[in-house]
Amino acid sequence: MISKKVVMGSLVCLGVVTAFIWATIGNRKVHYLPYYLPCPEIFSIKLQYTEEKLIQLFPQLFYQQPRVLAPKRQDVLTVTPWLAPIVWEGTFNPEILESAYRPLNLTIGVTAFAVGKYTRFVRRFLESAEQHFMRGYQVNYYLFTDSPGSISGVQLQSGRTLVPVPIQKYSSWQEISMRRMEAISRHVAEVSHAEVHYLFCLDIDMVFHNSWGPETLGDMVAAIHPGYFQVPREQFPYERRSSSAAFIPQGEGDFYYGGAVFGGSISKVYEFTKACHMTILADKANGIMAAWQEESHLNRHFLSHKPSKLLSPEYIWDDRKPKPPEIHLIRFSTLNKNYREIRD
Amino acid sequence: MGDTQEGFAVLPLPQQVWGEKRKRTGAAQVRGLEGSLVYNLLFNADKMGISKLQGLAILMTAGISGAIWYHYPFSSAKDEEPTASSEEDTALRKSDLNEASPMLPWRQDVPVLTPWLAPIVWEGTFSRDILNAQYVQRNLVTGVVTFAVEKCVQFIEGFMRSANQYFLAGHPVNFYLFTDNPEKIPPLQMAPEKRLLVIPVQNDPRWPDISTSHMDIISAYIHSHFQHEVDYLYSIDINSQLLAPIGVEIIDALVATISSWHLTPWYRHKSYERRPASRAAIPEGHGDFYYTASFYGGSVAELYKLTRACSEGLRADREKGIEARWHEESHLNRYLVQHKPTRLLSPEYYWDAELSAPRAIRVKRMCSVHRESSR
Repeated sequence: MISKKVVMGSLVCLGVVTAFIWATIGNRKVHYLPYYLPCPEIFSIKLQYTEEKLIQLFPQLFYQQPRVLAPKRQDVLTVTPWLAPIVWEGTFNPEILESAYRPLNLTIGVTAFAVGKYTRFVRRFLESAEQHFMRGYQVNYYLFTDSPGSISGVQLQSGRTLVPVPIQKYSSWQEISMRRMEAISRHVAEVSHAEVHYLFCLDIDMVFHNSWGPETLGDMVAAIHPGYFQVPREQFPYERRSSSAAFIPQGEGDFYYGGAVFGGSISKVYEFTKACHMTILADKANGIMAAWQEESHLNRHFLSHKPSKLLSPEYIWDDRKPKPPEIHLIRFSTLNKNYREIRD
Repeated sequence: MGDTQEGFAVLPLPQQVWGEKRKRTGAAQVRGLEGSLVYNLLFNADKMGISKLQGLAILMTAGISGAIWYHYPFSSAKDEEPTASSEEDTALRKSDLNEASPMLPWRQDVPVLTPWLAPIVWEGTFSRDILNAQYVQRNLVTGVVTFAVEKCVQFIEGFMRSANQYFLAGHPVNFYLFTDNPEKIPPLQMAPEKRLLVIPVQNDPRWPDISTSHMDIISAYIHSHFQHEVDYLYSIDINSQLLAPIGVEIIDALVATISSWHLTPWYRHKSYERRPASRAAIPEGHGDFYYTASFYGGSVAELYKLTRACSEGLRADREKGIEARWHEESHLNRYLVQHKPTRLLSPEYYWDAELSAPRAIRVKRMCSVHRESSR
């Protein structure tokens, strides 16, 4: 028979050893081995891109000398620490940029998702885009929708086309939102890589109010979220759970980028949306959904692969917010709507 | 933060350990410093209601736990910013992006962005750590082209020694030294990732007068050699000396340096060629900045176009019998008005030593060396 003392002693030792192990290892990150759901073939497709064009000639050589020695915007940051410009009203001269980009004969693509009840926003989005978005350029609107028939005819200017893209409607609005990355990367691989030079991925429930021109073109373009451009990084709503693939620890982060506006050259957009889709799949396999769905994954990606150009909150405004003095011109902002009514 | 040794802050034994100890002993009614607790455990164990052996065991466990806490701090990670290795990082930390609003500009006294959205690189506008991290991922090789003909060979040693130390430190660089006196080059100790390639150009029938053919020579060699060896190429005057690090912030498609004269009251001294007969002419009232020909560069493709255009302009002028006001520099400026640089370097990156620097210049990274009978 084993004496009571021995039993008690061994139990205590067991407890101490367990506590020791928990203390040393337990607080560390638990790494889940992600497994990927069956991947569509697009991930192995080698893309043939239309010829890349750099800013070369400024045929309209002569214009009045700008007063360049006086910095125009002194109240806001206009260059990031990795020397990417932040586009605010007053930082650029539209004429110079027009004379650079116009001769390149570019085609700009726009993706927007109008699924379920969101089809009601299509008309206003397109009408305002016809008035303000890349005027004078060739534009392809790729409208991802589950009911292509419901998109009533909107009059488009010459050189601009509307391409409805049928997609599946998912059960929850979060799922619809996150599947955007997959849909965009698949569409780029299959169709748009041969049709456009630059692609912007925008939310449909928004309206253009002022000019959106070639100052926004760049290799990898992200927009700063209007609610978080004046707060320190500790308050950014990054995904903070370490088990997610979108995890950003405290103390890291440059800006909080909005998921409603991003874009860039077609090849960079493909790489970026593909990478985000993979991280979303990894989270799905681990049964976790990031705090702000694909916006969290977008922020995670842009932390490690910094954008080459940032758009100020003028390009992604929320009309419910009061306009601060830093925002001189609102170009693209949300429509006031009843979220509960339109999200299933 | 205290001293950092192997990345860990040197901290006294954390109080949390003693908090735990208080929970475990329970009966201990101990206040005060760790010293008195240790004393009590060792020598007044009977008074505390535990045997001496138990007291010793408690101390040993505490000591081991303390050692574990020391090596694996479990508290949430504090900001482990890399310690500033040079003065430039202090400017960064003063207005750190995460302290106040991230939207405050870092330099308000100077323009940091051109009207065509090209950044202008000043001290305090960039983080070299972030740029280095981006650069090393791309496995790039950068080249530097410089000419040392006739009397200019006296500048080689000073330039190469300073460039070896300060130019893209830690990254692979090929220095292409064009010279007509290869035997006069002193022996130079190069850093492991830097290479010096001497290219003799005397007696080349293509270029009877080397001093007027720099652009021609560069474009010919880009076509034949450099495009296969480097990704980015920079042209620097040999009569310069680097005084502070010049890093990967200069790497971009087409990069030009604003002339130091531009910031002084005598900026009209260095200005564009205005005579319409010259190919380098820029009409009155037009043009953005005046760029110096002592430091410019970019991707190999862009530099090839630039040197070709400039050498054609120089040739056309020579046939007409015209010499542009500032020679190659005028043609360079004409090209750059029409093909806007994608990045500008502030006059910190090449400061003409004859001038006194205004306060906007916080650091002079490269200075001209006084010309002693260089021609």
